[in-house]
Amino acid sequence: MTSATDIEKKSPLAGLSESGAYQKLLAFASLIALLIGFSIASPNFMQTSNMIAILQATSVNGVLAVAATLVIITGGIDLSVGTLMTFCAVIAGVALTYLGLPLLLGVAAAICAGALCGLCSGTFVAKMKIPPFIATLGMMLILKGLSLVISGTRPIYFNDTPGFDQISRGSLIGDVLPALPIPNGVLILFLVAIAASYILGRTVLGRYTFALGSNEEAVRLSGVNTDLWKMRIYALAGGICGIGGILIASRLNSAQPALGLGYELEAIAAVVIGGTSLSGGRGTILGTLIGALIMAVLTNGLRVLSVAQEWQTVVTGAIIILAVYADMARRRKSG
Amino acid sequence: MKKLVDMMGIEKHFPGVHALKSVQFDLMPEEVHALMGENGAGKSTLMKILSGIYQRDGGTLQIEGRDASPKTPREAQDLGIGIIHQELSLMNDLTVAQNIFIGREPRKRFGRLDDTVLNAQTAEIFSSMNLNLDPKALVGSLTIAKQQMVEIAKALSYRSRVLIMDEPTAALNDAEIAELFVIIRRLKAEGVGVVYISHKMDELKQIADRVTVMRDGEYVGTVGAADTPISQIIAMMVGREVKEEPLVPPDLSAAEVSLEVTGLSRGHEIRDVSFSVLRGEILGFAGLMGAGRTEVARAIFGADPKDSGEVRVHGRAVSIRSPKDAVKAGIGYLSEDRKHFGLATGMNVRDNIALASMDMFTGTGGTLHDGEMAATAKNYITQLGIRTPSDTQEVRLLSGGNQQKVVIAKWLLRDCDILIFDEPTRGIDVGAKSEIYKLLEELAGQGKTIIVISSELPEIMRLSHRIAVMCEGQLTGILPGGKDTTQEDIMHLATQRAAAMKVTGTVQ
Repeated sequence: MTSATDIEKKSPLAGLSESGAYQKLLAFASLIALLIGFSIASPNFMQTSNMIAILQATSVNGVLAVAATLVIITGGIDLSVGTLMTFCAVIAGVALTYLGLPLLLGVAAAICAGALCGLCSGTFVAKMKIPPFIATLGMMLILKGLSLVISGTRPIYFNDTPGFDQISRGSLIGDVLPALPIPNGVLILFLVAIAASYILGRTVLGRYTFALGSNEEAVRLSGVNTDLWKMRIYALAGGICGIGGILIASRLNSAQPALGLGYELEAIAAVVIGGTSLSGGRGTILGTLIGALIMAVLTNGLRVLSVAQEWQTVVTGAIIILAVYADMARRRKSG
Repeated sequence: MKKLVDMMGIEKHFPGVHALKSVQFDLMPEEVHALMGENGAGKSTLMKILSGIYQRDGGTLQIEGRDASPKTPREAQDLGIGIIHQELSLMNDLTVAQNIFIGREPRKRFGRLDDTVLNAQTAEIFSSMNLNLDPKALVGSLTIAKQQMVEIAKALSYRSRVLIMDEPTAALNDAEIAELFVIIRRLKAEGVGVVYISHKMDELKQIADRVTVMRDGEYVGTVGAADTPISQIIAMMVGREVKEEPLVPPDLSAAEVSLEVTGLSRGHEIRDVSFSVLRGEILGFAGLMGAGRTEVARAIFGADPKDSGEVRVHGRAVSIRSPKDAVKAGIGYLSEDRKHFGLATGMNVRDNIALASMDMFTGTGGTLHDGEMAATAKNYITQLGIRTPSDTQEVRLLSGGNQQKVVIAKWLLRDCDILIFDEPTRGIDVGAKSEIYKLLEELAGQGKTIIVISSELPEIMRLSHRIAVMCEGQLTGILPGGKDTTQEDIMHLATQRAAAMKVTGTVQ
C-alpha cells in the first residue's frame, strides 16, 4: 500500500498547512520586516507613543476582522461587518444618550443588536439559501440605512455617559504599569481574539465552523443540523461586531451614523493576509490579528514617512494581492 | 465499402490501471454499432480515444482508411468525429443556435456577431435533419430529448461522419426515445456511422446492426444484433471466471426485520420500491448506473425528499425528513463519493470520526473534550486497522480504503445499527477491498444490518445474503445470495425495462 509512504512524504508540510501556519509565519515575518524597515527609515517610527497609536488603530479593524474570520472559515463572507458596527454604535447611542440607560445596559444592547443582526444574515444564508455575498450585501445596505434613520442622520454624542470614552481610550494596564499605557481598546481586542480562538479551537461551535467550510454536505449527511450551527456562527460574528461598535463609539465619544462602509473590506483584507482561505475550512484568529497589525503598521509607517494617503491605499492593495499570491503559490507546490 | 473507423490493438494505461488491453473496434458507413459492457469495462475510455479526449498508448487508429491520432476534441471534429456525452454539455441560457456555433460564431466586421447568418445556418442543419426546432429558442426551455437533438445538430454541424452517443436514452421517456431513433435512422440513411453505447438490451435489438462487447478493458467479441440472443450478449458481458467459492448465506430465519421500506417513490427516479432487511443480514443492491439505487438510499436516509413511502425501523414507523432524523433512528449512510459527501477531507481523522457524535464529547458551554475524542479515535484506528500515522492526520492524505474505514468508524461511534454502503470499494485497491469485505461481514455478524449498493457484480455476489436488483427506478426482483444466483440472472433483472417500447417512427 502506498499510503504509508505518501503520509511520510507529505506530513511536514501538511501539518503546517492544517492551520495555515506557513502563511501565518510568512505574515509574521512580513510584519517584523515592516517594523524593522520603518524603524530604519524613520527614527520617529519606533516610539512608544507611535506603537500605541498603531495598536489603537488596529483595535476596531481587528475586532471586525475576527468576526469576519469566523464567517469566512464556514466558507461564507460577511460584507456587513462595517455597517453593523455603526448600527450597534447607534443602538448604544440610543440606549445611553436618548433613553439614559446605565452604561452596562447600553453596551449589552449594542452587542445583542449585533448578534440579532448576525442571526438575520445567518437565517438568510442557512434557511433561505441566499448566497452569503448577496445576503450580507443586502444586510450591509439595510444597516447603513437604518443607522441613518434611527439617528436622524446626526451623530449621537455620549457626553452624558461618564466613563463611556474610557472603554476604548482609558488604560487599565497604564494604571498599573505607567510605562506601558496600552489603551483598553487594544486589551478588548486581545480578549475578543482569545475568546474567538478558544471557541474555534475548543468548542463544538468552532469544530463545526471548520467542518462546514471543509465540506458542508458531509456534515449534513452526518446528521448535523448544519443550518442551525451556521446561524449561530453568524450570530456570534454579529455580536463581535457589536463589540466593535462600542469600541469605535467610545473612541470617538460619539456614534457617527455615516461611518462604516469600507470597514468590511479592510477586515476581509486583514483576514486574507492572515492566511485564512476564502474558500473556507481553514484559518486562524492569530493570523487575522497579524493581518490587521500589518495593515495598521503599513498605514502608520507610510504616514510617518510622509507618503501621500492615496499611495498608502495603493500599497495596501498590492500587499493583499502579494499575500494571497504567496499562499496560492505554496499550495500549488504542495498540491 | 470503406470502413469509417478502424481501431486495432488499442492500449491505454492510467496510473495503476491497465484500462484498455489491445482493444479493437470498427465502424462502417450507414451502420449503428453498439458498444456494450459493464460499468468500467472501458467503453468510454475507448470512445474518448476516438474523439481526441485521451491519447492512446499503443495500437492503430484509421479514419476512412487514413492513419489518425486526434490530439484534441477539436482535431477529432475536423476528422469528422462527433461525440454526444451522457451529460449534455449545453449552455442553458444561450439559444439553440448560439449553442451549436459556440466558439465559431459567424462574424461581421470589427468582431460583431452576425446573428442572422447564425440562425439561418442553424435552420439549415435542422431542415437537413428534418427537425422542427426554433434556432432562437433558449436551450434551457427545451425538453431533454430536444436538447439531445441540439447536441446531435451540433455534432453534425462539424460535418461529422461518425457520431458517438454515450447512453443517449438514459434521460428519455419512451416517446422521446422513439423520436431519437427516427433521427438516428435518418442519419444512417445519409451514410453517417453511429457508435451507440447503451445498457438497454431491447434498444439494441431495435436500433443496432452490430454489437461489440467489452469486459475489464478487453475486447470480447463482435456479433450481429439481430441474430444474437440477448442471453448470449449478457454472457459475453459478465463472462469472467468466478474465482471465489460461492457465498453461503447464514440462516437468518430467526432474525427480526430491522428495516422495512414500503412504497418508496420519488418522480421518475424511484418508483414504488419496497423491501426489508433482517438483523445481521447483508442485502446487496445490484443494477446498472442510473438504476436509482443511490436515490433509494438517499431517500431512506432523508438526504433527498421523497414523494411517498414508509420506513419502519425495528417495526416502528419513523418519519425521516432529514439526515438528522435518520441518524437518530440509527441509520448511517456511506456515500459512494466519500470526498464530497462522506468526509471533511481538510480535517483530521479524529474530527471526522467524531463528526456525527460531537454531543458525546461536549461539556458545559460547548467545550469539546479533545482528550476523549482522541482516545475514541485511537480506539477505532486500532479496531478497524486504519493505517494513519496519528489521529490528527488530515484524512485527505489517507488512501481510499483507510478513508472508507474512517467513515465506517464515524457511524459505528454514532451507534448506527443500520448501515447503507454505497459503492463501498470504489477507488479502493484490491488488497484493501477484501479488508473492507471482511469488515462488512464482521459487522453483520455482530448483528448490524447492512445494505450494500454496488455496480460490480462480483462484489455483490461476494457479499450479499440476498440481492435486490433495480432497473430504471423500479425494484425488478430480489434474488437469493450464494450459489443459486448467477451473474446472468442479475443482469437479466438489471436490464429489464419496465414498459415494452413500441417504436413507430420511420424514415420519412
